[in-house]
Amino acid sequence: MNSIALFAYCGAAMVGLGLFGLITKPQVLRKILAFNVLGTGVFLLFGVIARRGAAAGLHSDPVPQALVITGIVVAFSATTMAVVLLLRLYAETGEATIDSDDPPSTGTDGGR
Amino acid sequence: MTPPFILEIAFVILILAIAVGTLVARAAFTAVLLFMIYGLLIAIAWIRLSAVDVALTEAAIGGGLTGMLLLGAVARLRESEGSGEEPGLPTLLAAGTFCVLVSAALGTLVLSRPEVAPSLAPAVMDNLAQSALGNPVAAVLFVFRAFDTLLEKVVLLLALIGVWSLAPDRVWGGVPGLRLYAEPSSILVFLAQLLPPIGIMIGIYMFWTGASYPGGAFQGGTVLAAMWLLVMIARLQPVPAISLRCVRLLLVVGPVIFVAIGLLGFVFAGAFLAYPPDYAKPLIVIAEATLTLSIGVTLGLLVAGPPDRMQQP
Repeated sequence: MNSIALFAYCGAAMVGLGLFGLITKPQVLRKILAFNVLGTGVFLLFGVIARRGAAAGLHSDPVPQALVITGIVVAFSATTMAVVLLLRLYAETGEATIDSDDPPSTGTDGGR
Repeated sequence: MTPPFILEIAFVILILAIAVGTLVARAAFTAVLLFMIYGLLIAIAWIRLSAVDVALTEAAIGGGLTGMLLLGAVARLRESEGSGEEPGLPTLLAAGTFCVLVSAALGTLVLSRPEVAPSLAPAVMDNLAQSALGNPVAAVLFVFRAFDTLLEKVVLLLALIGVWSLAPDRVWGGVPGLRLYAEPSSILVFLAQLLPPIGIMIGIYMFWTGASYPGGAFQGGTVLAAMWLLVMIARLQPVPAISLRCVRLLLVVGPVIFVAIGLLGFVFAGAFLAYPPDYAKPLIVIAEATLTLSIGVTLGLLVAGPPDRMQQP
Protein backbone atom coordinates (compact mmCIF):
# COMPACT_ATOMS: atom_id res chain seq x y z
CA MET A 1 0.00 0.00 0.00
CA ASN A 2 1.31 3.44 -0.84
CA SER A 3 0.15 6.87 0.21
CA ILE A 4 -2.13 7.28 -2.83
CA ALA A 5 -4.02 4.13 -1.84
CA LEU A 6 -4.14 5.38 1.73
CA PHE A 7 -5.88 8.61 0.70
CA ALA A 8 -8.22 6.64 -1.57
CA TYR A 9 -9.38 4.59 1.45
CA CYS A 10 -9.59 7.81 3.48
CA GLY A 11 -11.85 9.39 0.84
CA ALA A 12 -14.00 6.27 0.58
CA ALA A 13 -14.36 6.10 4.37
CA MET A 14 -15.35 9.78 4.47
CA VAL A 15 -18.09 9.15 1.91
CA GLY A 16 -19.43 6.31 4.07
CA LEU A 17 -19.27 8.38 7.28
CA GLY A 18 -21.00 11.33 5.65
CA LEU A 19 -23.70 9.12 4.18
CA PHE A 20 -24.32 7.49 7.57
CA GLY A 21 -24.64 10.89 9.25
CA LEU A 22 -26.94 12.14 6.52
CA ILE A 23 -29.27 9.17 6.95
CA THR A 24 -29.30 8.81 10.73
CA LYS A 25 -28.99 12.34 12.17
CA PRO A 26 -32.37 13.98 12.76
CA GLN A 27 -30.97 17.52 13.27
CA VAL A 28 -30.80 19.44 9.99
CA LEU A 29 -27.56 21.21 10.90
CA ARG A 30 -25.88 17.81 11.42
CA LYS A 31 -27.24 16.64 8.09
CA ILE A 32 -25.61 19.67 6.43
CA LEU A 33 -22.31 18.88 8.17
CA ALA A 34 -22.56 15.22 7.17
CA PHE A 35 -23.32 16.20 3.59
CA ASN A 36 -20.16 18.31 3.54
CA VAL A 37 -18.11 15.40 4.93
CA LEU A 38 -19.57 13.22 2.16
CA GLY A 39 -18.68 15.89 -0.41
CA THR A 40 -15.07 16.28 0.70
CA GLY A 41 -14.76 12.49 0.51
CA VAL A 42 -15.90 12.52 -3.12
CA PHE A 43 -13.51 15.39 -3.87
CA LEU A 44 -10.64 13.48 -2.26
CA LEU A 45 -11.40 10.49 -4.52
CA PHE A 46 -11.08 12.91 -7.45
CA GLY A 47 -7.72 13.94 -6.00
CA VAL A 48 -6.61 10.32 -5.94
CA ILE A 49 -7.68 9.90 -9.58
CA ALA A 50 -5.78 13.10 -10.45
CA ARG A 51 -2.68 11.88 -8.58
CA ARG A 52 -2.80 8.52 -10.35
CA GLY A 53 -3.06 10.37 -13.65
CA ALA A 54 0.25 12.15 -13.05
CA ALA A 55 1.95 12.44 -16.44
CA ALA A 56 3.77 14.82 -18.75
CA GLY A 57 6.00 16.07 -15.95
CA LEU A 58 3.08 17.01 -13.68
CA HIS A 59 2.59 15.44 -10.26
CA SER A 60 -1.17 15.46 -10.70
CA ASP A 61 -3.63 15.61 -13.60
CA PRO A 62 -4.87 19.24 -13.74
CA VAL A 63 -8.32 18.46 -15.20
CA PRO A 64 -9.77 16.67 -12.13
CA GLN A 65 -8.16 19.37 -9.95
CA ALA A 66 -10.01 22.10 -11.85
CA LEU A 67 -13.24 20.06 -11.56
CA VAL A 68 -12.78 19.81 -7.80
CA ILE A 69 -12.18 23.57 -7.44
CA THR A 70 -15.45 24.17 -9.29
CA GLY A 71 -17.08 21.49 -7.13
CA ILE A 72 -15.98 23.12 -3.88
CA VAL A 73 -17.53 26.42 -4.99
CA VAL A 74 -20.81 24.75 -5.93
CA ALA A 75 -20.85 22.76 -2.66
CA PHE A 76 -20.39 26.00 -0.74
CA SER A 77 -23.29 27.61 -2.64
CA ALA A 78 -25.51 24.62 -1.83
CA THR A 79 -24.46 24.74 1.83
CA THR A 80 -25.39 28.42 2.07
CA MET A 81 -28.79 27.70 0.57
CA ALA A 82 -29.31 24.80 2.99
CA VAL A 83 -28.35 26.88 6.04
CA VAL A 84 -30.69 29.72 5.05
CA LEU A 85 -33.53 27.24 4.47
CA LEU A 86 -32.83 25.72 7.89
CA LEU A 87 -32.96 29.15 9.56
CA ARG A 88 -36.23 29.90 7.78
CA LEU A 89 -37.66 26.54 8.89
CA TYR A 90 -36.64 27.39 12.45
CA ALA A 91 -38.15 30.86 12.23
CA GLU A 92 -41.45 29.45 10.91
CA THR A 93 -41.86 26.34 13.06
CA GLY A 94 -39.40 26.69 15.94
CA GLU A 95 -37.89 23.34 15.01
CA ALA A 96 -34.57 22.44 13.49
CA THR A 97 -35.00 18.68 13.20
CA ILE A 98 -36.57 16.30 10.73
CA ASP A 99 -38.21 13.30 12.36
CA SER A 100 -39.02 10.24 10.35
CA ASP A 101 -42.74 9.50 10.81
CA ASP A 102 -43.53 10.13 14.44
CA PRO A 103 -44.83 13.43 15.73
CA PRO A 104 -42.12 15.54 17.41
CA SER A 105 -41.19 13.93 20.70
CA THR A 106 -39.83 15.60 23.78
CA GLY A 107 -36.71 13.57 23.09
CA THR A 108 -33.62 12.89 25.11
CA ASP A 109 -30.87 15.43 25.30
CA GLY A 110 -28.19 15.25 22.65
CA GLY A 111 -29.93 12.62 20.61
CA ARG A 112 -27.51 9.83 21.38
CA MET B 1 10.82 14.94 0.46
CA THR B 2 8.19 12.58 1.78
CA PRO B 3 7.25 12.02 5.39
CA PRO B 4 7.43 8.45 6.72
CA PHE B 5 4.45 6.31 5.74
CA ILE B 6 3.57 5.68 9.36
CA LEU B 7 3.02 9.43 9.80
CA GLU B 8 0.66 9.48 6.84
CA ILE B 9 -1.34 6.62 8.35
CA ALA B 10 -1.55 8.56 11.62
CA PHE B 11 -2.66 11.66 9.68
CA VAL B 12 -5.44 9.78 7.88
CA ILE B 13 -6.63 8.28 11.18
CA LEU B 14 -6.70 11.80 12.65
CA ILE B 15 -8.82 13.07 9.73
CA LEU B 16 -11.29 10.20 10.10
CA ALA B 17 -11.44 10.60 13.89
CA ILE B 18 -12.29 14.29 13.53
CA ALA B 19 -14.90 13.46 10.87
CA VAL B 20 -16.50 11.01 13.34
CA GLY B 21 -16.29 13.68 16.05
CA THR B 22 -18.07 16.16 13.78
CA LEU B 23 -20.94 13.72 13.37
CA VAL B 24 -21.33 12.55 16.99
CA ALA B 25 -20.55 15.75 18.93
CA ARG B 26 -23.33 16.60 21.37
CA ALA B 27 -23.26 20.37 21.04
CA ALA B 28 -23.74 21.90 17.60
CA PHE B 29 -21.02 24.45 18.40
CA THR B 30 -18.47 21.68 19.01
CA ALA B 31 -19.51 19.92 15.81
CA VAL B 32 -18.94 23.06 13.73
CA LEU B 33 -15.55 23.77 15.34
CA LEU B 34 -14.46 20.18 14.61
CA PHE B 35 -15.69 20.60 11.04
CA MET B 36 -13.47 23.67 10.61
CA ILE B 37 -10.43 21.74 11.89
CA TYR B 38 -11.43 18.94 9.52
CA GLY B 39 -11.45 21.41 6.59
CA LEU B 40 -7.91 22.55 7.38
CA LEU B 41 -6.67 18.94 7.68
CA ILE B 42 -8.26 18.12 4.31
CA ALA B 43 -6.30 21.05 2.86
CA ILE B 44 -3.10 19.36 4.07
CA ALA B 45 -4.26 16.10 2.48
CA TRP B 46 -4.60 17.96 -0.83
CA ILE B 47 -0.99 19.12 -0.57
CA ARG B 48 0.01 15.48 -0.03
CA LEU B 49 -1.86 14.73 -3.28
CA SER B 50 0.20 17.43 -5.08
CA ALA B 51 -2.86 19.62 -5.68
CA VAL B 52 -1.87 22.96 -4.16
CA ASP B 53 -4.59 24.97 -5.99
CA VAL B 54 -7.26 22.73 -4.46
CA ALA B 55 -5.57 22.92 -1.05
CA LEU B 56 -5.83 26.73 -1.10
CA THR B 57 -9.50 26.56 -2.10
CA GLU B 58 -10.34 23.96 0.55
CA ALA B 59 -8.53 25.90 3.29
CA ALA B 60 -10.30 29.14 2.35
CA ILE B 61 -13.76 27.60 1.97
CA GLY B 62 -13.84 24.42 4.07
CA GLY B 63 -11.84 25.79 6.98
CA GLY B 64 -12.93 29.40 6.65
CA LEU B 65 -16.15 30.60 5.10
CA THR B 66 -18.24 27.43 5.59
CA GLY B 67 -17.22 27.45 9.26
CA MET B 68 -18.24 31.08 9.65
CA LEU B 69 -21.56 30.43 7.94
CA LEU B 70 -22.33 27.44 10.18
CA LEU B 71 -21.23 29.24 13.37
CA GLY B 72 -23.67 32.00 12.44
CA ALA B 73 -26.41 29.38 12.06
CA VAL B 74 -25.57 27.82 15.45
CA ALA B 75 -25.75 31.25 17.10
CA ARG B 76 -29.16 31.88 15.58
CA LEU B 77 -30.53 28.48 16.61
CA ARG B 78 -29.57 29.48 20.19
CA GLU B 79 -29.00 26.03 21.66
CA SER B 80 -32.54 25.07 20.65
CA GLU B 81 -31.43 22.79 17.85
CA GLY B 82 -33.47 20.06 19.49
CA SER B 83 -32.44 16.46 19.61
CA GLY B 84 -35.07 14.96 17.36
CA GLU B 85 -35.49 11.24 17.42
CA GLU B 86 -32.66 9.00 16.39
CA PRO B 87 -33.78 6.07 14.28
CA GLY B 88 -34.06 2.69 15.98
CA LEU B 89 -31.36 0.02 16.07
CA PRO B 90 -32.52 -1.89 12.96
CA THR B 91 -32.42 1.30 10.87
CA LEU B 92 -28.99 2.18 12.28
CA LEU B 93 -27.68 -1.29 11.44
CA ALA B 94 -29.12 -1.20 7.93
CA ALA B 95 -27.75 2.29 7.30
CA GLY B 96 -24.37 1.28 8.71
CA THR B 97 -24.15 -1.82 6.53
CA PHE B 98 -25.19 0.16 3.47
CA CYS B 99 -22.57 2.87 4.12
CA VAL B 100 -19.79 0.34 4.76
CA LEU B 101 -20.67 -1.34 1.44
CA VAL B 102 -20.62 1.99 -0.40
CA SER B 103 -17.22 2.84 1.11
CA ALA B 104 -15.77 -0.57 0.29
CA ALA B 105 -17.02 -0.42 -3.29
CA LEU B 106 -15.65 3.10 -3.81
CA GLY B 107 -12.26 2.25 -2.33
CA THR B 108 -11.95 -0.85 -4.49
CA LEU B 109 -13.15 0.83 -7.68
CA VAL B 110 -10.95 3.88 -7.46
CA LEU B 111 -7.83 1.78 -7.04
CA SER B 112 -8.72 -0.96 -9.48
CA ARG B 113 -6.76 -1.36 -12.69
CA PRO B 114 -6.18 -0.15 -15.52
CA GLU B 115 -2.49 -0.18 -14.71
CA VAL B 116 -1.96 3.10 -16.55
CA ALA B 117 -4.54 5.48 -15.15
CA PRO B 118 -6.33 7.65 -17.72
CA SER B 119 -4.98 11.17 -17.75
CA LEU B 120 -5.51 14.41 -19.65
CA ALA B 121 -2.23 15.85 -18.32
CA PRO B 122 -0.31 15.33 -21.62
CA ALA B 123 -3.07 17.06 -23.61
CA VAL B 124 -3.03 19.99 -21.17
CA MET B 125 0.75 20.31 -21.30
CA ASP B 126 0.81 20.11 -25.12
CA ASN B 127 -1.54 23.07 -25.39
CA LEU B 128 -0.32 25.03 -22.37
CA ALA B 129 1.85 27.34 -24.50
CA GLN B 130 -1.21 28.42 -26.51
CA SER B 131 -3.08 29.39 -23.36
CA ALA B 132 -0.37 31.92 -22.38
CA LEU B 133 -0.71 30.72 -18.76
CA GLY B 134 1.96 28.91 -16.77
CA ASN B 135 -0.30 27.20 -14.25
CA PRO B 136 -1.95 24.13 -15.83
CA VAL B 137 -4.90 24.23 -13.42
CA ALA B 138 -5.58 27.89 -14.27
CA ALA B 139 -5.30 27.01 -17.96
CA VAL B 140 -7.97 24.32 -17.55
CA LEU B 141 -10.20 26.70 -15.57
CA PHE B 142 -9.93 29.73 -17.83
CA VAL B 143 -9.08 28.34 -21.26
CA PHE B 144 -9.82 24.66 -21.83
CA ARG B 145 -12.90 24.44 -19.61
CA ALA B 146 -13.79 28.14 -19.39
CA PHE B 147 -17.48 27.37 -19.84
CA ASP B 148 -17.49 25.39 -16.56
CA THR B 149 -15.92 28.32 -14.77
CA LEU B 150 -18.46 30.74 -16.21
CA LEU B 151 -21.36 28.53 -15.12
CA GLU B 152 -19.80 28.16 -11.68
CA LYS B 153 -19.99 31.95 -11.25
CA VAL B 154 -23.62 31.80 -12.39
CA VAL B 155 -24.29 29.15 -9.74
CA LEU B 156 -22.85 31.48 -7.09
CA LEU B 157 -25.15 34.28 -8.22
CA LEU B 158 -28.15 31.93 -8.35
CA ALA B 159 -27.39 30.80 -4.80
CA LEU B 160 -27.31 34.44 -3.70
CA ILE B 161 -30.66 35.10 -5.39
CA GLY B 162 -32.01 31.99 -3.64
CA VAL B 163 -30.73 33.22 -0.26
CA TRP B 164 -32.19 36.69 -0.75
CA SER B 165 -35.53 35.37 -1.90
CA LEU B 166 -36.04 33.69 1.50
CA ALA B 167 -36.32 37.09 3.13
CA PRO B 168 -39.84 38.20 4.15
CA ASP B 169 -41.42 40.62 1.67
CA ARG B 170 -41.39 43.63 3.95
CA VAL B 171 -37.58 43.68 4.22
CA TRP B 172 -36.84 42.97 0.56
CA GLY B 173 -33.98 45.19 -0.54
CA GLY B 174 -32.95 45.73 3.09
CA VAL B 175 -29.79 45.03 5.03
CA PRO B 176 -28.50 41.43 5.40
CA GLY B 177 -28.86 40.03 8.89
CA LEU B 178 -25.18 39.44 9.51
CA ARG B 179 -24.67 39.10 13.26
CA LEU B 180 -22.63 42.04 14.48
CA TYR B 181 -21.07 42.67 17.85
CA ALA B 182 -23.11 45.23 19.77
CA GLU B 183 -19.91 46.59 21.24
CA PRO B 184 -16.90 45.11 19.47
CA SER B 185 -14.00 44.42 21.81
CA SER B 186 -10.90 46.49 21.27
CA ILE B 187 -9.02 43.38 20.07
CA LEU B 188 -11.58 42.73 17.31
CA VAL B 189 -11.47 46.37 16.19
CA PHE B 190 -7.67 46.31 16.26
CA LEU B 191 -7.56 43.16 14.11
CA ALA B 192 -10.19 44.55 11.76
CA GLN B 193 -7.98 47.60 11.26
CA LEU B 194 -4.69 45.70 11.07
CA LEU B 195 -5.57 42.71 8.86
CA PRO B 196 -7.48 44.10 5.85
CA PRO B 197 -4.55 45.94 4.22
CA ILE B 198 -2.48 42.73 4.46
CA GLY B 199 -5.43 40.54 3.47
CA ILE B 200 -6.31 42.65 0.44
CA MET B 201 -2.67 42.48 -0.70
CA ILE B 202 -2.72 38.68 -0.27
CA GLY B 203 -6.02 38.42 -2.14
CA ILE B 204 -4.75 40.44 -5.10
CA TYR B 205 -1.45 38.56 -5.07
CA MET B 206 -3.27 35.21 -5.10
CA PHE B 207 -5.26 36.22 -8.18
CA TRP B 208 -2.21 37.72 -9.92
CA THR B 209 0.14 34.82 -9.25
CA GLY B 210 -2.60 32.33 -10.19
CA ALA B 211 -1.72 32.69 -13.85
CA SER B 212 1.65 31.01 -13.35
CA TYR B 213 1.61 29.40 -9.90
CA PRO B 214 -1.01 27.93 -7.56
CA GLY B 215 -3.66 30.52 -6.71
CA GLY B 216 -6.39 32.15 -8.72
CA ALA B 217 -9.50 34.30 -8.84
CA PHE B 218 -11.60 32.16 -6.54
CA GLN B 219 -8.99 31.83 -3.78
CA GLY B 220 -8.18 35.54 -3.97
CA GLY B 221 -11.86 36.48 -3.92
CA THR B 222 -12.40 34.33 -0.81
CA VAL B 223 -9.66 36.21 1.06
CA LEU B 224 -11.22 39.54 0.01
CA ALA B 225 -14.63 38.33 1.24
CA ALA B 226 -13.13 37.33 4.61
CA MET B 227 -11.56 40.79 5.03
CA TRP B 228 -14.83 42.51 4.14
CA LEU B 229 -16.79 40.37 6.62
CA LEU B 230 -14.23 41.12 9.35
CA VAL B 231 -14.58 44.87 8.84
CA MET B 232 -18.39 44.61 8.87
CA ILE B 233 -18.53 42.44 12.00
CA ALA B 234 -16.30 44.91 13.86
CA ARG B 235 -18.75 47.68 12.82
CA LEU B 236 -16.05 49.67 11.05
CA GLN B 237 -18.12 49.59 7.85
CA PRO B 238 -21.91 49.25 7.66
CA VAL B 239 -23.50 46.21 6.02
CA PRO B 240 -24.84 47.50 2.68
CA ALA B 241 -28.50 47.17 1.72
CA ILE B 242 -28.89 44.65 -1.09
CA SER B 243 -30.87 47.12 -3.18
CA LEU B 244 -27.89 49.50 -3.55
CA ARG B 245 -26.98 49.92 -7.18
CA CYS B 246 -23.22 49.67 -6.54
CA VAL B 247 -23.71 46.31 -4.75
CA ARG B 248 -25.68 44.92 -7.69
CA LEU B 249 -23.05 46.26 -10.09
CA LEU B 250 -20.14 44.67 -8.20
CA LEU B 251 -22.00 41.34 -8.12
CA VAL B 252 -22.44 41.08 -11.87
CA VAL B 253 -19.43 42.95 -13.26
CA GLY B 254 -17.18 39.86 -13.27
CA PRO B 255 -19.59 37.42 -14.97
CA VAL B 256 -20.76 40.11 -17.43
CA ILE B 257 -17.20 40.92 -18.54
CA PHE B 258 -16.43 37.19 -18.78
CA VAL B 259 -19.49 36.66 -20.99
CA ALA B 260 -18.55 39.74 -23.08
CA ILE B 261 -15.05 38.36 -23.65
CA GLY B 262 -16.64 35.02 -24.50
CA LEU B 263 -18.91 36.65 -27.09
CA LEU B 264 -15.97 38.58 -28.57
CA GLY B 265 -14.44 35.15 -29.13
CA PHE B 266 -17.13 34.53 -31.77
CA VAL B 267 -15.89 37.55 -33.71
CA PHE B 268 -12.14 37.30 -33.28
CA ALA B 269 -11.37 33.64 -32.66
CA GLY B 270 -14.33 31.76 -34.11
CA ALA B 271 -15.85 30.24 -30.97
CA PHE B 272 -17.50 31.18 -27.68
CA LEU B 273 -14.88 31.83 -24.98
CA ALA B 274 -12.02 31.39 -27.45
CA TYR B 275 -9.29 33.98 -27.10
CA PRO B 276 -7.46 35.64 -30.02
CA PRO B 277 -3.91 34.22 -29.83
CA ASP B 278 -2.04 37.47 -29.18
CA TYR B 279 -4.47 38.82 -26.59
CA ALA B 280 -5.15 35.68 -24.55
CA LYS B 281 -3.18 36.69 -21.46
CA PRO B 282 -4.49 40.28 -21.10
CA LEU B 283 -8.08 39.15 -21.69
CA ILE B 284 -7.77 36.37 -19.11
CA VAL B 285 -6.24 38.76 -16.58
CA ILE B 286 -9.08 41.29 -17.11
CA ALA B 287 -11.68 38.53 -16.70
CA GLU B 288 -9.93 37.16 -13.60
CA ALA B 289 -9.51 40.58 -11.98
CA THR B 290 -13.20 41.48 -12.27
CA LEU B 291 -14.23 37.95 -11.30
CA THR B 292 -12.07 38.18 -8.15
CA LEU B 293 -13.96 41.32 -7.13
CA SER B 294 -17.38 39.87 -7.94
CA ILE B 295 -16.59 36.58 -6.19
CA GLY B 296 -15.45 38.48 -3.09
CA VAL B 297 -18.69 40.48 -2.91
CA THR B 298 -20.88 37.44 -3.72
CA LEU B 299 -19.25 35.25 -1.05
CA GLY B 300 -19.42 38.02 1.53
CA LEU B 301 -23.14 38.54 0.89
CA LEU B 302 -23.80 34.76 0.84
CA VAL B 303 -22.34 34.48 4.35
CA ALA B 304 -24.16 37.66 5.47
CA GLY B 305 -27.47 35.92 4.68
CA PRO B 306 -30.91 37.18 3.67
CA PRO B 307 -31.94 40.74 4.53
CA ASP B 308 -33.75 41.06 7.87
CA ARG B 309 -34.26 44.82 8.34
CA MET B 310 -34.70 47.93 6.28
CA GLN B 311 -31.91 50.46 6.03
CA GLN B 312 -32.06 53.19 8.68
CA PRO B 313 -32.78 56.51 7.01
